Amino acid sequence: MIAIVDYEIGNLGAVANMLIRIGAPAEITSDPARIERAEKIILPGNGAFDACMRNLRATGLLPLLEDRVLRQRVPLLGICVGAQMLGHGSEEGSEPGLGWLDLRVKRFPALPGLRVPHMGWNEVRPAAKPHPLVRDLEADARFYFVHSYYIEPAREEDVLLRAHYGIDFAAGVAHENIAGVQFHPEKSHRFGKRLLSNFARGGQ
Amino acid sequence: MFRARVIPCLLLRGHGLVKTRRFKDPVYVGDPVNAVRIFSEKEVDELVVLDIDASREGREPNYELIAEIAGECFMPVAYGGGIRTLDQVRKLIRSGVEKVVVNSAALESTEVITAAAEVFGSQAVVAAIDVRKPLLGGYKVVGKSATVEAKVKLEDHVRRVVAAGAGEIFLNSVDRDGTMGGYDLDLIRSVTRLVEVPVVACGGAGTVEHLREAVQEAGASAVSAGSMFVFHGKHRAVLINYPGDIRI
Repeated sequence: MIAIVDYEIGNLGAVANMLIRIGAPAEITSDPARIERAEKIILPGNGAFDACMRNLRATGLLPLLEDRVLRQRVPLLGICVGAQMLGHGSEEGSEPGLGWLDLRVKRFPALPGLRVPHMGWNEVRPAAKPHPLVRDLEADARFYFVHSYYIEPAREEDVLLRAHYGIDFAAGVAHENIAGVQFHPEKSHRFGKRLLSNFARGGQ
Repeated sequence: MFRARVIPCLLLRGHGLVKTRRFKDPVYVGDPVNAVRIFSEKEVDELVVLDIDASREGREPNYELIAEIAGECFMPVAYGGGIRTLDQVRKLIRSGVEKVVVNSAALESTEVITAAAEVFGSQAVVAAIDVRKPLLGGYKVVGKSATVEAKVKLEDHVRRVVAAGAGEIFLNSVDRDGTMGGYDLDLIRSVTRLVEVPVVACGGAGTVEHLREAVQEAGASAVSAGSMFVFHGKHRAVLINYPGDIRI
């Protein structure tokens, strides 16, 4: 079972909806007993960075999540702000991040003609390193993005996917059992189904 | 490559899907859930679903139907119609939509925009503005499916909804609605030059070239259309369609 961590940040139904559609058992939950037994964990995130961090902390689930992800090495996928929270912090706010990955979160630069947020469909390309999460992803794969801040992994080898919007940026990050994507796979048609299905089935 | 979004706009009336001309004469085009399923299979960029009677009738959104629609959407979906309170926004987001579209309520007060943006983020709040152009005089903002004329000036209203927290503007031309003769590019330009947030152009699209004009010549970030995606041929036979893989 995949646990989608519920910490009251809006619509989590879409992630569960797509997982169920691809035949992967999933539950939206904040129940420690369910998270304890999950084979994989998805950390969603929407809206402001600080609000997400504060809400997540307020659930009291952090020690359990750290035990499961950092010690038991359960595969984890962060989505959107859920990916941004994996790092040390964000230019958007003052709350510290989870610090599970060595990455920072930066704001898109002000460039002429570049509207921020980056909202809409964009193509991504896999970084050089093969990774089970992006296995069989089409060359023209596109995903739905909506964000004003982007993740910047400290190590190039942690970059999973790249995209371009005014600048080149990391659309995904992966290090050992922890991964994150800036876009919304649950809202990205067959491309998102492929990625979530890789996450659900892969031995990552 | 980043693409401008191409967004079918679907109009709900009761439990059916309709298409209007100049906001009048709704023609039944089918079952909404079925149509949404087809659009989802055609991999549309995004969907906007508007209940055109809710505000006028002072009615609640049909949450059950919206949840059913959202369950078929493996792309972002926005819902508009009858939204006046944060509580309604919360129920809608819980029903599975990514964005809510506020229109008539914002003509009286932008409070619900601010409240929704604070809780769910600006990206979840779209301000829809319906505009009519009388024969004499400039653009006029209208509300409640173009049955009432607002006192506010278009420019002031655009600035006001963005300042209140709207993350996007859905700009609809009443005069071009359902005509398929092309967008009102001057109208789009007059709004895109005022604001930084994405402007979605709607009203008048009939061809891919029209979509392109709105983006390249008038600065729209995304384009929306109704008739173009539900009708086929000059006799307007109902046929759900979507030009695959358009890059604008």
